[in-house]
Amino acid sequence: MTVDLYQPGHSVIHCLSPGLKVLVLAVVGTGLFLIRDLAVVALGTAAIVLLYRVAGLSLRFAWRQLKPVMWLLLALLLVQTLMVDWLSGVFVFLRFAAVLLLAGLITLTTRSSDMIDSLQAHLAWLRPLGLPSRPIGLALALAFRFIPVLGAITAEVREAQRVRGLDHSVLAVALPVTVRLMKMADDIADAIDARCYDPGHSGTVSPPRLPSAADGSPRSDREARP
Amino acid sequence: MSTRAIVHIALFAALTAALGLFPPIVLPVVGVPITAQSMGPMLAGALIGARRGGLALLLFIVLVAVGLPLLAGGRGGFGVFLGPSGGFILSWPIAAGVVGWLYTRHDGAVPLLQAITALTLGGIGVVYLIGIPWLVVVAEIGWVPALTGSMAFLPGDLVKVVLTALIARGVRRAYPGL
Repeated sequence: MTVDLYQPGHSVIHCLSPGLKVLVLAVVGTGLFLIRDLAVVALGTAAIVLLYRVAGLSLRFAWRQLKPVMWLLLALLLVQTLMVDWLSGVFVFLRFAAVLLLAGLITLTTRSSDMIDSLQAHLAWLRPLGLPSRPIGLALALAFRFIPVLGAITAEVREAQRVRGLDHSVLAVALPVTVRLMKMADDIADAIDARCYDPGHSGTVSPPRLPSAADGSPRSDREARP
Repeated sequence: MSTRAIVHIALFAALTAALGLFPPIVLPVVGVPITAQSMGPMLAGALIGARRGGLALLLFIVLVAVGLPLLAGGRGGFGVFLGPSGGFILSWPIAAGVVGWLYTRHDGAVPLLQAITALTLGGIGVVYLIGIPWLVVVAEIGWVPALTGSMAFLPGDLVKVVLTALIARGVRRAYPGL
């Protein structure tokens, strides 16, 4: 049910590491807010639009990044034009467009799962600071799984309340859904605990060591069998 | 942190995401679309407390940042935070924390009026306190247009406060031990 915004492809931009892409976004985003030159911002916006073509994406995708906030951007343009002048209106408009386009490009060319893997890999660095990376990993995975489950539970409760003629009452749907979710959360926590998950243990778990050819072990699987 | 806490955090992150799936309701008088999503921080604070609620919304923000289209209207990715309304969304973990802190100052059932006060302070006060200055700075518009623009969302937010207070009261009654 959760749809990733990722657009498959094999361009240079697709192949860059997620961490690098986020770093570039942070640098460019900060840069755009520090530079107060309309020409630079306009050139930057044009370059980012060009990057969509480099990524093999049609410009429709670029438009799709701006469309949901277009009314807001146009309102800002109008307010700026009325309060300062039209040049600063265009400047603010282009600056937002550039940042949104670049962020959108990164989202379109990076799988969410790769982004999360990269995030978790970087979280490991922060472990000395006391950031528990394993519970964070568990919470991420659970949240992913919960989103479609929530939809299913809401649909079930609505159906049950429709029979009673209550499916349009927000409270009659929201209350049973929330109570069921709290119950489900407790059951899941119990189930995880029953499988000996230890949230306090924040180190990495080393996988069980598999025998390899380099071991030169005299007993291989084949010999062990009769 | 207990396993239950981790599951609760994940659950309310997912709940906030699911609230964004409801089609926005357009208020008849003001004409501004309101989404159920900003009930996420209010519900999280009221039901699982300050720490878990705040972390749940932080997790939600991480999920949006990695590119999942979880915000109302199917928006997602880093760009959302850098946009004009970024401050409103980034304020949610703090809002959930404040709501949770105000809720847990009461033992047992929270009287409805106190609940509404807590939700208004956290769910509206904190969100506007961070969101509006953010809008003023990044969009370089004056305080007056930013304030008047945001006021259009106030009626919808007040409806959400009352709804959340009623839901939280019902859930706390039906599911003691929260």
